[in-house]
Amino acid sequence: MFGDYSLSDLGAIFAMQGFAGLILFSVYVLMALGLAIIFGQMGVINMAHGEFMILGAYVTWMTSSAFQQYLPSLFPGYFFIAMCLAFIASGALGMLVEWALIRHLYKRPLDTLLATWGLSLILQQAYRSVFGAREVGVELPEWMMGSWQATDAIQIPINGMFVMALTVLITIVVAYVLFWSRWGRQVRAVVQNRVMAGAVGINTEKVDRYTFGLGCGIAGIAGSAFTMIGSTGPTAGQLYIVDTFLVVVFGGAASLVGTIASAFTISQAQSTMEFFLSGSMAKVLTLLAIVAILMVRPQGLFALKVRK
Amino acid sequence: MSDEKKPGLRSPLRRKLLMGMAALPAISLLPRTSFAEAPPTSAVNTTGLAVTDSEVTVGILHSVTGTMAISETGSVEAEKLAIEQINAEGGVLGRKIKFIQEDGASDWPTFAEKAKKLLVNDKCAAVMGCWTSASRKAVLPVFEQYNGMLYYPTFYEGLEQSKNVIYTGQEATQQIIAGLDWVNKTKGAKTFYLLGSDYIWPRTSNKIARKHIEGHLQGAKVVGEEYFPLGHTQFNSVINKIKLTKPDVIYAIIVGGSNVAFYKQLKAAGIDLSKQTLLTISVTEDEIDGIGGENIAGAYACMKYFQSLDNPNNKAFVAAFKKMWGEKTVIGDVTQAAYLGPWLWKLTVEKAGSFDIDKIAAASPGVEFKGAPEGYVRIHENHHLWSKTRVGRAKADGQYELIYETADLVEPDPFPKGYQ
Repeated sequence: MFGDYSLSDLGAIFAMQGFAGLILFSVYVLMALGLAIIFGQMGVINMAHGEFMILGAYVTWMTSSAFQQYLPSLFPGYFFIAMCLAFIASGALGMLVEWALIRHLYKRPLDTLLATWGLSLILQQAYRSVFGAREVGVELPEWMMGSWQATDAIQIPINGMFVMALTVLITIVVAYVLFWSRWGRQVRAVVQNRVMAGAVGINTEKVDRYTFGLGCGIAGIAGSAFTMIGSTGPTAGQLYIVDTFLVVVFGGAASLVGTIASAFTISQAQSTMEFFLSGSMAKVLTLLAIVAILMVRPQGLFALKVRK
Repeated sequence: MSDEKKPGLRSPLRRKLLMGMAALPAISLLPRTSFAEAPPTSAVNTTGLAVTDSEVTVGILHSVTGTMAISETGSVEAEKLAIEQINAEGGVLGRKIKFIQEDGASDWPTFAEKAKKLLVNDKCAAVMGCWTSASRKAVLPVFEQYNGMLYYPTFYEGLEQSKNVIYTGQEATQQIIAGLDWVNKTKGAKTFYLLGSDYIWPRTSNKIARKHIEGHLQGAKVVGEEYFPLGHTQFNSVINKIKLTKPDVIYAIIVGGSNVAFYKQLKAAGIDLSKQTLLTISVTEDEIDGIGGENIAGAYACMKYFQSLDNPNNKAFVAAFKKMWGEKTVIGDVTQAAYLGPWLWKLTVEKAGSFDIDKIAAASPGVEFKGAPEGYVRIHENHHLWSKTRVGRAKADGQYELIYETADLVEPDPFPKGYQ
């Protein structure tokens, strides 16, 4: 397939393809981070993860409409405010859900699966009732929709770079919060030994609630960012949920490093194969490879202790 | 009437009578002739359908919940509008249309179940419904077994024909061939890159497109053909491939949420649709709402209807639709086709002089609807519609600008020879 092309053409394509892989990698990390925190730190399988993301997307859409109407001069920068609002909205909803639903089910992890799945259906219908069944179009500032002309032949999508930068930033913040902050130490203490953590004076309920809120909030940011690359509709969350679980399970449920490593592996495999084969075939082969690896290593790439 | 009004009637009956009384002034407003025209029920309904002297019941069967609600909402709205307008004109054979709406919930077994309910329990004289081919395939045996009549609005892959279905959207060859000929002739397009979501409609359509490109367009060839799982959201790799192969035309049949992702990423990757020709058959004004007009401006779409069509029928239709469903709603190809359903049924019933399914099925071929927003349409012997095919160019405001339309009606050909 490369016979007719000059060397510089090929170089440009491989450079762009490399970036395509990196962008996919960032998208996967961003999708999976929130789920990994909740799954890894709390052992809760949050099937409504996609719907928390879409809440973020809807918040972005509302912010964009509001800015267009009332503050058109600040429109180019609205996205940053939208992301903060998305974090707050999804995080708050997450904390509410934890309080109303999840905390009663900590001892029954399989039931959380069912309960959060039900929650996802409820949220989908709620979005449909509130925002309408049709997709909404989120208008983006012009500067985010172009591409950056690196050389004559190489063009890198700006929204892709934006997602990459955002992912790096959020990963650093999450890593800092979990591994170096006082609150993160409390979270990890609760994960390792809930009773003992309670005995030394950690408010375990509060820790649970904030952890769940943080995971959902990050999902909200992800949803907000994905308005740049995907659709916003009541069921759009379902588009992400399979890939998200794939990344988290493949990486090893409890490990952030694992999540990142697995996102990297899957995204590179996917985007390389997509280039040489067709989209559907690439997906099939990726899934086959993951199944095969999980058969050999059922605990995923990086396994740590999980709360029993 | 007066001795029925005596006191002591049980209340539900009395309420019904009162409602009937309330309708009396309205009836007296109808032209006198409509009484003369309304034939007795026993004559127009010999098979026990839900037809009374004053009413006829039809069903509406679409998904208003679940994934497909995004697409099917417009169809429901159009069908309700058509029914309301028909009733305002005096109904069908002097009978008002009453509709029973069921929700297919984006689930194919549910569609079959609800179809059975509408036919067996409710005895609907006709059903307007279904959107995806999968839902149509699920209800088809039900309609054939219980002898119902389905008006199906979506453009689809063809390869089907039933006594019990009228297909008001275009089948694949109607939609595809005219568009390819146009792009070949006016843009001199020789190389085509075919893309699609991975299910029956895009695959069958691309198969027809490939046969046409390779067999009928001089010197043209397909340089790539790719499919993506439904819901796929990452198109950067294929966009790079497109950049590498530099096709004259990107031919895209991507549906659902993937559509939004594809066009946003195409724009972000620096592919300028004012220079790169892109032809799609899957993006109506409804989809542009989600994609964002600025992300798809410049792309060409080939279908039979655009909201912007400039004819008196369409202007009246658009105005009525917006009045009923809000100023911001947009009308896509399928929504218009759904609007045709109740009207074609009414015209067919009047032609047959009967509500009986067999008579309607037999009378359908040749039924003409001059008031269609897309312009004149006629039902073919194969129960599909003769219709014009049009090419529109997307504008940033989310509307299409009409670029080309076929001079004559295009014959529906659900089993195209040489294309399978």
